[in-house]
Amino acid sequence: MTAARLAEEALARIPYARWLNLSISAAGDELTAELPYVDRLIGNPILPALHGGVLGAFLEVTALVQLSVIDPGRRQPRPISVTVEYVRTGKPLATFARARVRKIGRRVALVEAEAWQETRDQPIAVLHAHFLLDPGAGAHSQAAVDGADEPEGTAHTRKR
Amino acid sequence: MTSETTVPERFAKLLERLASDPPHPNALGFRLVTLDGTEPVMVCPYRDDLVGDPETGVVAGGVVTALLDHICGMAVWTAMGRLATIATLDLRIDYLRAAQPRRDLMARARCHKLGQTFAFVRASAYEDDPDDPVAAATAVLMAVDGSSLSAAGRDGAA
Repeated sequence: MTAARLAEEALARIPYARWLNLSISAAGDELTAELPYVDRLIGNPILPALHGGVLGAFLEVTALVQLSVIDPGRRQPRPISVTVEYVRTGKPLATFARARVRKIGRRVALVEAEAWQETRDQPIAVLHAHFLLDPGAGAHSQAAVDGADEPEGTAHTRKR
Repeated sequence: MTSETTVPERFAKLLERLASDPPHPNALGFRLVTLDGTEPVMVCPYRDDLVGDPETGVVAGGVVTALLDHICGMAVWTAMGRLATIATLDLRIDYLRAAQPRRDLMARARCHKLGQTFAFVRASAYEDDPDDPVAAATAVLMAVDGSSLSAAGRDGAA
């Protein structure tokens, strides 16, 4: 399957990505996500500026989609730690983002992502995130609810 | 710092509007629940269109990010007792456990250092019990209009 198709399928599986009207274009396996501007993304109407939260959210979805293209066929990875640095004010314009998977381990992936608007070299926000791969064993297993501290494939006694 | 003080009613009303009136918080349905001393508590009501993974029914990480980012700003204004134009410099979120499916999400935050230019905030998100958080966050916010966050000289030079 092509990267573009994998990315579209990953996006379509995220209701919140549809709410944001995200779209993805692919050049080979390099993806660019677009967050089209709408008024409901504004956090400060006086400046005006995009809400910081929506930029973090956009970067996180971009990271997830890039992961699903690099490493397809898994359940949706779950964020473990996410850091967002806000570099510049988000203007009321379309925002773009690219993510780079720095490492995929057996259980954890490290992904970085960057968002920009008019100028690619002037990012407005940067994300670093660790994701847990294959969270939980089954779709609705207790492990999926109970957390990330569950060693996989062992008969481990739960703390709770 | 100022956790024993309560917020004057007029300012509390203003904070209530700032929690839910700006376009993005409004679109996500954010609401101020209470000002617990100077720790604002907000709720993001559950909605199907905010889900990140339909297999689990859990709200998207991005929504948690938006909620925590917003509550951090609210905590700075609450600590200041007035408004200033502020922007988040950075925000780190640790997901301590998986969120419960199809549940409202609460968040609370506390500004533990209010400097002249920077404010340092800790926040958490949870369903029912603040002592069993889904996510813990730390954020640094900054005054962006050249104004001072704290009364000059009172809190040091940060």
